[in-house]
Amino acid sequence: MARDDFHDHPVRSYVITSGRAHPSRNTIRPETLLVAEPDMPVPPSAGRQARALLDICRGMLSSAEAAAYLRLPVSLVVVIASDLVDTGHLSIRSASPRHAPPDRDLLEKVLNGLRKL
Amino acid sequence: MVYESSDQPDRYVAATVAESVKILVVGAFGVGKTTLIGSVSEIAPLRTEETMTVESVGVDSVAGLDGKTTTTVAMDFGRITVSPEVVLYLFGTPGQRRFWDLWEGLADGAVGALVLVDTRRIEDSFEVFDQLELRTGMPFAVAVNNFPGSPRYDLEQLRTALDLLPDTPIVTCDARSRESSAAALIALVDHALRFPVTTKALA
Repeated sequence: MARDDFHDHPVRSYVITSGRAHPSRNTIRPETLLVAEPDMPVPPSAGRQARALLDICRGMLSSAEAAAYLRLPVSLVVVIASDLVDTGHLSIRSASPRHAPPDRDLLEKVLNGLRKL
Repeated sequence: MVYESSDQPDRYVAATVAESVKILVVGAFGVGKTTLIGSVSEIAPLRTEETMTVESVGVDSVAGLDGKTTTTVAMDFGRITVSPEVVLYLFGTPGQRRFWDLWEGLADGAVGALVLVDTRRIEDSFEVFDQLELRTGMPFAVAVNNFPGSPRYDLEQLRTALDLLPDTPIVTCDARSRESSAAALIALVDHALRFPVTTKALA
């Protein structure tokens, strides 16, 4: 690391981000639901993996499902997806990820759904 | 078990869904996580892999290499649309938290964990319980997967052997059965509703 690259700060970045390594701007978890924006043409600069992700996300899928179908690690899909969300080619459909456990209302929906299985 | 993608429209989440939640199905290798997930999932279980770099301690380092090796860790998962608006993912993860951490945010905001236990290898699950209790505060329930020929114990004996709190649900389960697997998941969600956990950020 070049010396100029190093800037100390009184508050460590992992404190500011509550220990998260990535910005919360569009935090994508394995269960985060993604869908391609149908009216956005694929950018010419998009790489093969970005194109494949937009293609598989013609319908709604979690990032984990997209990763499994594309045989890519979720960690890589998350990075590619974040960029595509930033450029407006991909949308996050599920509510923003939370650090807290799901609320009662949501837990009851899950419980009722499981009882119908 | 793990299927290739094919152009089936039903692989997609219904367009009405606006929220996704998850349960971790945790347990040692071969304990039946993928079987349980496959019993209740509406899609054939899918697999994702991450690689981790590990120090090859106790292994002679090969000249020119830095004494590190990479290991592939797999996670199988399934999906249940529990209501027109909510989809539930079941992520089957190895017992050790250092493995779940390969999937960023995997434990964050989860409903809880269903811990699968094999009575032939009870000691394999001790580390899992330690981590759930001490490090996550996440609600969990225990499902004892009954393998043919595995010793049958009284559930209260197992509760003592596993050193579980009196409130922690423990059920027997046949991971091959949809009904039995669903009942184990219901025990967990019911527990999460009755004993809300104060937020303990995992990140």
